[in-house]
Amino acid sequence: MAGPSSVSLPQSASAVATAPVAGLGISFEKIDKRFGSLIALRGVSLNIAAGEFVALLGHNGAGKTTLLRIAALLMSPTAGRVRFNGLGSAESPKSATGMVGHSTLLYDELTAEENLSLFAKLYGVREIPDRVAQALADCGLASRAGSIVRNFSRGMRQRLAIARALLHGPRLLLLDEPAAGLDRQGAAWFAETLARLRSSGTTILMSTHARNESLDLATRAISLSAGRIEHDSGPDGDPRPVLAALRAEA
Amino acid sequence: MSTARAAAILLGKELRLEFRTRELLNATVVFAIVVVVLFSFAFNPTPDESRHYGPGLLWIAFLFSGSLMLHPSFAREQSNDTLDALRMAPVSAFAILLGKMLANFIFLALAEVVLVPVFAVLYNVSLAGIVGRLVLVLALGSIGIIVTGTVFSAISAHARMRELLLPLLMLPILAPLLIAAVEATSALFARQPYLDQTWVAFLAGFDVVFLTASWLLCDFLMEE
Repeated sequence: MAGPSSVSLPQSASAVATAPVAGLGISFEKIDKRFGSLIALRGVSLNIAAGEFVALLGHNGAGKTTLLRIAALLMSPTAGRVRFNGLGSAESPKSATGMVGHSTLLYDELTAEENLSLFAKLYGVREIPDRVAQALADCGLASRAGSIVRNFSRGMRQRLAIARALLHGPRLLLLDEPAAGLDRQGAAWFAETLARLRSSGTTILMSTHARNESLDLATRAISLSAGRIEHDSGPDGDPRPVLAALRAEA
Repeated sequence: MSTARAAAILLGKELRLEFRTRELLNATVVFAIVVVVLFSFAFNPTPDESRHYGPGLLWIAFLFSGSLMLHPSFAREQSNDTLDALRMAPVSAFAILLGKMLANFIFLALAEVVLVPVFAVLYNVSLAGIVGRLVLVLALGSIGIIVTGTVFSAISAHARMRELLLPLLMLPILAPLLIAAVEATSALFARQPYLDQTWVAFLAGFDVVFLTASWLLCDFLMEE
């Protein structure tokens, strides 16, 4: 079996990720989320316009993951509501959204190709063999297409998880600590992928820690603390002061 | 995407996973055969006794092997949160449930295909002339076990004591189905075999009611 080091990442831009898309806006209106006596989100109101790249920051337990899971429709808010702005008449929020979560969301006993093909079918992707082959090439796993995911390194799994989330060309991308497990080369590939997605118009909401290199791409920075929005650089503001403050704090 | 198309895609995934790992089938078939063989040696039944007690034993073997198979059905989606990936996909919650139900039905049916001939040999029960009717009763009873069990597998997947919770939830609900299946099978194993239409209708009704309930409640069942 070829080891992870034998897998090289592509140097050129991806055809899949650079196709121009109209981003999907999302609005959170007075969102509360409780888990029994624990209050994870308290009255979070936030409007993210199409094409924004929002960095969502905060300490562990601040409510970042909960907010992303509500945006992904995996969880209902206890109070408040989520609106998707700019959906087509025959389009569902689910078909326009992609997510990279804490877990890989991949089947360990399926091959890389089978995993991507499965989700491509579920998302109604056309020309599946070509799209899957392109996605595997984009994340540098073309040579391991037929390998079972269980045998992949953490970084390879994470790259495949990112490829899975991008396979259907989402207009809204939700990323929860997406660089976890990526090595330096993988992180650079991921930053390049994010840059392409941003320039293609995809709306990105990324939860991460303050030291992530991809944060410099963000057009807006929001920090959460104890389930509330603590800082928001705003849609037209400069995210760098918020990021700098959080980096200094970290 | 239609529910049928999505369920077919998910059924394909379930079959591929199972035939690659053989986790469920091996355990289920071996367990069912062990039960039938052990009882055969323990009681050494005459043909009359087999006709009397055999149906109950057969359905207990199906029920226990079914519950053995049903527990991992949703539990194994948890290792990488793959259930989240399915819930995020633009497919109905019922398609996810239906894909699991179809796969579980195929696995239980395969176990039955192995078990019933073994049972017939060990217990001196002739299946000549009743195979078609027996298949009908087995199919209706198995659908009931699978539909109910898959629903409870989804409910118990997030619970801490899920291994215990699934049989605790499932077995009381399945008691009426088990009685009907045993009675319908007894009628087929009688000296003059006949299809007891009352019990067959009960089995069909049970299946329809629980399948409809699972369709109506699927969004709630799949919710976190």
